[in-house]
Amino acid sequence: MTAPAPSLLRRTMRVANGRAGAVALVVIALFALAAPLALPDPATQFDIVDGALRPPSAIHPFGTDHLSRDVLSRVANGARISLAVAVIAVALSITLGAVVGLVAGFFGGVTDTIVMRVVDGAMAIPRLFLLLLLVAAWDRLPLAALILVIGATGWLGTSRLVRAEVLRLREAEFVRSAQALGAGARRVMFRHLLPNTIGPLAVAAMLGVGDVILLEAGLSFLGLGVRPPTPSWGGMILEGKDVLQAAPWVSLFPGLAIVATVLAINLFGEALHRAAESRSS
Amino acid sequence: MARWLARRLLLAALTVAIAITLAFFLMRLAPGDPLSRLGDERPMPAAELAGLRARYGLDQPLLSQYATFVVAATGGDFGRSIHYGRPVREIILDRLPASVLLGGGALLLTMLGGALLGAMQALRRDSPLDRTAGVVSLAAYATPSFWLGLVLAWLVGIEWRLLPVGGFRDPLLAPDAPWMTQVVDLLRHLALPLLTLTVVSIGAVMRYQRTAMLEALAQPFVAAARARGLSERRIRWRHALRTSLFPIVTLLGLWLPVLAAGSVFVESVFAWPGLGSLAAEAVGTRDYPLLMGVTLLVAVLVVLGGLLADLAYAALDPRVRPA
Repeated sequence: MTAPAPSLLRRTMRVANGRAGAVALVVIALFALAAPLALPDPATQFDIVDGALRPPSAIHPFGTDHLSRDVLSRVANGARISLAVAVIAVALSITLGAVVGLVAGFFGGVTDTIVMRVVDGAMAIPRLFLLLLLVAAWDRLPLAALILVIGATGWLGTSRLVRAEVLRLREAEFVRSAQALGAGARRVMFRHLLPNTIGPLAVAAMLGVGDVILLEAGLSFLGLGVRPPTPSWGGMILEGKDVLQAAPWVSLFPGLAIVATVLAINLFGEALHRAAESRSS
Repeated sequence: MARWLARRLLLAALTVAIAITLAFFLMRLAPGDPLSRLGDERPMPAAELAGLRARYGLDQPLLSQYATFVVAATGGDFGRSIHYGRPVREIILDRLPASVLLGGGALLLTMLGGALLGAMQALRRDSPLDRTAGVVSLAAYATPSFWLGLVLAWLVGIEWRLLPVGGFRDPLLAPDAPWMTQVVDLLRHLALPLLTLTVVSIGAVMRYQRTAMLEALAQPFVAAARARGLSERRIRWRHALRTSLFPIVTLLGLWLPVLAAGSVFVESVFAWPGLGSLAAEAVGTRDYPLLMGVTLLVAVLVVLGGLLADLAYAALDPRVRPA
């Protein structure tokens, strides 16, 4: 029994907000992929003639920053970094959460108690503080390590979600019959239980990407996430902070990019959530 | 009831203990120890460094450091700040009032405002107002707090010169100014951080409240009240709203982590002297004991918030009260 994924998507697209979110996401993804190719390369732009902190104009629609780089081009390049960090980190945490939840829910007993107590304890510390504890010690955290720690702190909620689904399904007839036919624990978990948690997992992944975009932006704004000169939306807002009065556009546009992207993700994610719920009920 | 309470308290204590353990070992995952970067800026004799290590107990084996830390932390002693050289507890107590004022104010505004707006949305379900409010609340949820803070500081503070954009009190204000002047000054400084923190957290409460109110309006007792001829106004605002507030109470436990994280950014942007900006500073200065102290305080508050929410829920709603 596998989840009819196409029908879930179709149901999501039936809601106006779901359609709006999906269209916006496609536009943003195309922008991230194509715009850096068409725009001036911010890495080679330092000494161009039109100078630093220029307001938005026909040549620089979003203005220029303190190193006279084109802000639009930086926003587009930042989109690649911010989206890539979020998608990879969420893929990691969803996988971890699914495995932990499956194991805890399926085996139950002492395993379940210990794992879920640790999850409770970890969830008492807000994710940002977990990351501060992890990140504080490193002077320059490489991008790969940043993705790793963001992913490693994001699976707690997912594991609870998957565990709850597994507890609900564990005694279901199709699981029982699979076991009666001699299916082992791994087969039951990954072939029978996991596919039935795809709906909630897809929702958690979607909303998780939005959360991680905000989280990575926050870390970069504190100077702890993506480091310059690598462009990221949060890092750009930090760079604009010191020239807020003279050149507010340097901070303004990357922030708008974050709001637009996370809003699109949440519009789509919420429609997906409703579609998944109406399917399971 | 007493047994349920005892069990719940025990679980809360266990959760805090696990959180403390995780926090301690997470921090020590990093290479080196809190002092290993001390010599970076200015070379330090090895003997002096060893002396400092011994003073902070860093020459002990990790497990014995852990034991010492847990025993001290249980008594409320989080050690000495490396940056300030003062006990962490003192620094936290100094910064606590500002955070309570900002965080408490934001919690109150978020809960009251979110409950009211969400209920109004539910009463006008699927109207243009409901739809607009739905998208606006999602947009508020999608807004980074530090960015909104900067935009407000730029517009309201710098462009319009309406409100101060940083700090806690006007440095030019005489210490013996009349108390009304002092209160007004404090409120003017509080306005922008409070607005920022409230806007970024109110969206989720609105959505919860809207759902809860819709569920309450669909309950049989609403139909019964209508059949009894009660006014629509009384049914909505007394019967349905009261029932719909129960789920909001449970949000309290979920809400403290959000507020704590939001405070780190908002307090940093507005130089508000609370625990959030203290945590951000502690990361910047690699002040491990200080960061640890703030983190543990937040963890204890989060667990207490969850406990309180459970108790309040049981007290308000007899249906979930254990026998």
